[in-house]
Amino acid sequence: MSTLLDVRNLCLSLGGRSILDNVSFTLPAGQILTLIGPNGAGKTSLIRVILGLQRPDSGSVASPRPLRIGYMPQKLHIDATLPLTVGGFLALADRDRGRCRDALARVEIPRLLDQPVSALSGGETQRVLLARALLRKPELLVLDEPVQGVDVNGQEALYRLITRIRAETGCAILMVSHDLHLVMAATDQVICLNRHVCCHGTPEAVSASAAYTELFGARTALYTHHHDHEHGLHGDVARCADHRHD
Amino acid sequence: MTDFLLLALLAGLGVALVSGPLGAFVVWRRMAYFGDTLAHAALLGVAAGLWLAIAPGLAVTLVCMLMALGLLALQRQHSLATDTLLGILSHSSLALGLIAMYLIPGARMDLEALLFGDLLAVTQGETLGIWITAVVVLALLHRLWTPLLAITVHEDLARVEGVKVGWVKTALMLTLALVIASAMKVVGVLLITALLVIPAATARRFATGPGQMAMLGSLAGMTAVCLGIAASWWWDTPMGPSIVLGAGLLFVLSLAWPRRHS
Repeated sequence: MSTLLDVRNLCLSLGGRSILDNVSFTLPAGQILTLIGPNGAGKTSLIRVILGLQRPDSGSVASPRPLRIGYMPQKLHIDATLPLTVGGFLALADRDRGRCRDALARVEIPRLLDQPVSALSGGETQRVLLARALLRKPELLVLDEPVQGVDVNGQEALYRLITRIRAETGCAILMVSHDLHLVMAATDQVICLNRHVCCHGTPEAVSASAAYTELFGARTALYTHHHDHEHGLHGDVARCADHRHD
Repeated sequence: MTDFLLLALLAGLGVALVSGPLGAFVVWRRMAYFGDTLAHAALLGVAAGLWLAIAPGLAVTLVCMLMALGLLALQRQHSLATDTLLGILSHSSLALGLIAMYLIPGARMDLEALLFGDLLAVTQGETLGIWITAVVVLALLHRLWTPLLAITVHEDLARVEGVKVGWVKTALMLTLALVIASAMKVVGVLLITALLVIPAATARRFATGPGQMAMLGSLAGMTAVCLGIAASWWWDTPMGPSIVLGAGLLFVLSLAWPRRHS
């Protein structure tokens, strides 16, 4: 499989504090790679370096050709004084209303086009952000904590959606997550980051590794049953949308 | 209606027209304090103009633009909070401007006119200048509308999508400086920010989209100009403050309007 992203020996320190220490990995085309790690482990910094938002002290990020990147930031904070609909928000990436509508349909919130962004729930906001990333027809999707502010059932639905988007578009995905077990089914590789790469491999291999247990302790065992739950997630989203229109 | 009143009206309307969209960005991006700092620097510009014997309009514009570029550079440092820095710069430049004017020999400046505007004394040339500025600024804002909105909504996201964030910010800041320099005659350096912020805030109550808010802001500002000039004509009140009070009144009235779900 061809390499889409080749990250080599990244080092970064901010304010005299080491944030990234010799981080290297490769992301093959079409694969999903998940970064996990505790708070302050440098996950977001690593993503910012890869996106070109932050210059590293040393090391390189290379790809065989200029990539179209779709980026889903961690949070969307829009000032309350700015009236903006979902359609208006998406139009910032693509003015074609039909394509915006398609993108919303792909993230399963087709009816929110004319909703004000300020009235969206956490899960809807994440989907709108994902729709904007998809509008770029990305070869690489970079998702920073895509399930932030979403309840556990919604998190699973979002990860399923992300997996399906990969299957449909064949784009590679680099995402940050704080919970390995939720994301296990949706990822090919996992990197456990704590300023340096603690361990790297398939989700099964990482979760069994000593470095992982040391970093996260036993608390992760609490989450092993999440995959048993299958609530009507699509129904939830549709119900929310109905609610707004009446 | 007499000529000078017509000129005053034209000049006021020109400033109000452009303050709609620009004021919207000032509100969305929380730049009111930047506006104040630039306005106070305008006073320094007047002093510099007298000192160097160059046209006051040109001197004010140049000093405002220099200040705008300085503020942009300062935003990149992180040792002091931006509002603290702005507080220091804003009031230091106001004080320096006042003292410089006091020290310049033979300068008999009408300080009240500088601080609160002197719309009735606006000349044809100045009115033309205001409208040229308005047209140029409106054209620029129209052209940069999408990237400006994109960096306002999420700067990093805009950068990843290819927006030249630094350039767009610089353009907005210089635009603000231009408008403030040209608006000085209308409401004076102490009240300019009000003309940017209040009509935009009024428009927010009614707008469902950013473009609509910009247009309604212009409309609110122009209404305030008419109200202020009329009040000033009938009751002989100072014109600049009357315009700002008119804008304030419209805002208070807008609060009575039932709030839309947006």
